[in-house]
Amino acid sequence: MSSDQVIQLEKVNKWYDDFHVLKDIDLSVVKGQKIVICGPSGSGKSTMIRCINRLEAHQEGTIVVHGTELTNDLKNIDLIRKNVGMVFQQFNLFPHLSVLDNISLAPIWVKKMPKKEAEEIAMSYLEKVKIPEQAQKFPGQLSGGQQQRVAIARSLAMNPDIMLFDEPTSALDPEMIKEVLDVMIQLAHEGMTMLVVTHEMGFAKTVADQMIFMDEGRIVEQAKPDDFFNNPQSDRTKLFLSQILNH
Amino acid sequence: MSTTLTSNFIHNKYYKWIVKNLFSSWVNSILTIIALIFVYEVGSFFLNWAIFEADFRTNFQGEVITDRILCSKNIVPGEYGACWAIIYVRWDQFMYGFYPIEEIWRVNFVYALLPLAIVGILFDKIPYRRFFIYFTFIYPFIAYFMLYGGPGISVVGTNKWGGLLVTLFLGVTGIALAFPLSIILALGRRSKMPIIKTMCVVFIEFIRGVPLITLLFTANVMLPLFLPDGVNPDNLLRALVAVTLFQSAYMAEAIRGGLQAIPRGQLEAAQSLGLGYWQTTRKIILPQALKIAIPPIVNTCIGLFKDTSLVLIIGLFDLLGIGRAALSDMTWTKLYYEVYVFISLVFFIFCFGMSRYSLYLEKKLKTDNS
Repeated sequence: MSSDQVIQLEKVNKWYDDFHVLKDIDLSVVKGQKIVICGPSGSGKSTMIRCINRLEAHQEGTIVVHGTELTNDLKNIDLIRKNVGMVFQQFNLFPHLSVLDNISLAPIWVKKMPKKEAEEIAMSYLEKVKIPEQAQKFPGQLSGGQQQRVAIARSLAMNPDIMLFDEPTSALDPEMIKEVLDVMIQLAHEGMTMLVVTHEMGFAKTVADQMIFMDEGRIVEQAKPDDFFNNPQSDRTKLFLSQILNH
Repeated sequence: MSTTLTSNFIHNKYYKWIVKNLFSSWVNSILTIIALIFVYEVGSFFLNWAIFEADFRTNFQGEVITDRILCSKNIVPGEYGACWAIIYVRWDQFMYGFYPIEEIWRVNFVYALLPLAIVGILFDKIPYRRFFIYFTFIYPFIAYFMLYGGPGISVVGTNKWGGLLVTLFLGVTGIALAFPLSIILALGRRSKMPIIKTMCVVFIEFIRGVPLITLLFTANVMLPLFLPDGVNPDNLLRALVAVTLFQSAYMAEAIRGGLQAIPRGQLEAAQSLGLGYWQTTRKIILPQALKIAIPPIVNTCIGLFKDTSLVLIIGLFDLLGIGRAALSDMTWTKLYYEVYVFISLVFFIFCFGMSRYSLYLEKKLKTDNS
């Protein structure tokens, strides 16, 4: 395992009761890499990235993040979650807290940061996602695109070195997708390590170093974007690409 | 001129509302009229009985009523209404039970501070709310010291407490103690740890499966068996234990409903930020769950407040017990209606207050940004 390898999955298997969702997943991510994962629904792509911060537990194989292996050891899980941010399809902002409190909550309670400092950091990330004027509002008062940008800022405020995106634009109206993707592209240019589950192929072509196609719990194809889009190897990938690129 | 008046009247919004809602069809009109007659008959009968033809302190001859035979209705049968003198004469008992008269100021002091102690919990936008909340936590100690006594003031045993004092003591203390217990039970019931979960489920289901009267009897008879020799808790404390356990089981189920309504994504978002179980519970899950659960929680509180009257069967004199004691007094016997109407009115005031508060909260939460 080379020194700048930050995530390592080896022979990872996972079952929901009898249903085999992840089959022998091998994946390694180096620092600063941007990986875009696509595939039909039910292919296990969300489950795979949710295993990386232990929102789901795998049953076989090993997952190592920053040299720490994910087991049932709560200490390790906490350690990894502090360094791995996640953005969800449904934003999952805390509706009873203002935008500012949403972002400063984890720095205050997890990092034990003084409130003032945490709020300054929160404001700086709100500026980064270009909505500092919404700080005092509640999530319910924002558009979907704004909410997702707040969710990104909330994750970034913990200063993670890996960001996981689980279909971040799938719940958005079309005209709001761009504002979220722009923030993600900016983040990619700054060198963040990113794993993104998405069907936004334009975004994938712009930022991805590696494309992964998953189907029925397996990684079917993994390639650089040029090869992936222009010269896909498996028939299943060809079919999938033809379906999502031709509409 | 008269035509403009008529047309003004027809376009009046009240007139329109009445026509649209009360007289829209023949059937509706007939039902409206029948209902109005009914309301008038019942209402006028009750008002005549309770106020216009009633005795308060004196009868129709101007004599101060000190005995039921002096009630106007007992002097001229069929002509007069209620005889409220029984309430007036026994007012202190209804409010304080058998609390020594010279010490009653202590109870009044505690009554007077009660609104200050709960206002901070009930309303979140009052000025200086923090200080009201502090006071909420100090209040039980003040109340206990003032009511029971201690250094500097005489001790008044709980066997002397009664009437509204016992009703409020059981209702307010029972609800206040049950609240934290019910949160623990509700969280425990959703716990992944099998032993904790089983204990909570068994406790809740057992308490909910047993009538409060049975619990009261059980607490009265069995509580001393669980305690070391020589520790003999008084009757009121035994009733309080039963009432608290009973209330906590019901409240726990109301809170569990709130917990279940929180989307799983909230938990996942908190976890992915590195928050631990207790931080997530305290900062993310409970604030949202309790908000949702307020109406059913208030509902169980109303139920409990009324159920406190069951303590009369284990020999405590709550408001209802005092009322029955008053009726068994030969001087005042047979004034059932007056006593029960008065007791109903007192219970109604408190329960209606809680009910309105619940409605106010529901409205407020709907407009809140969540």
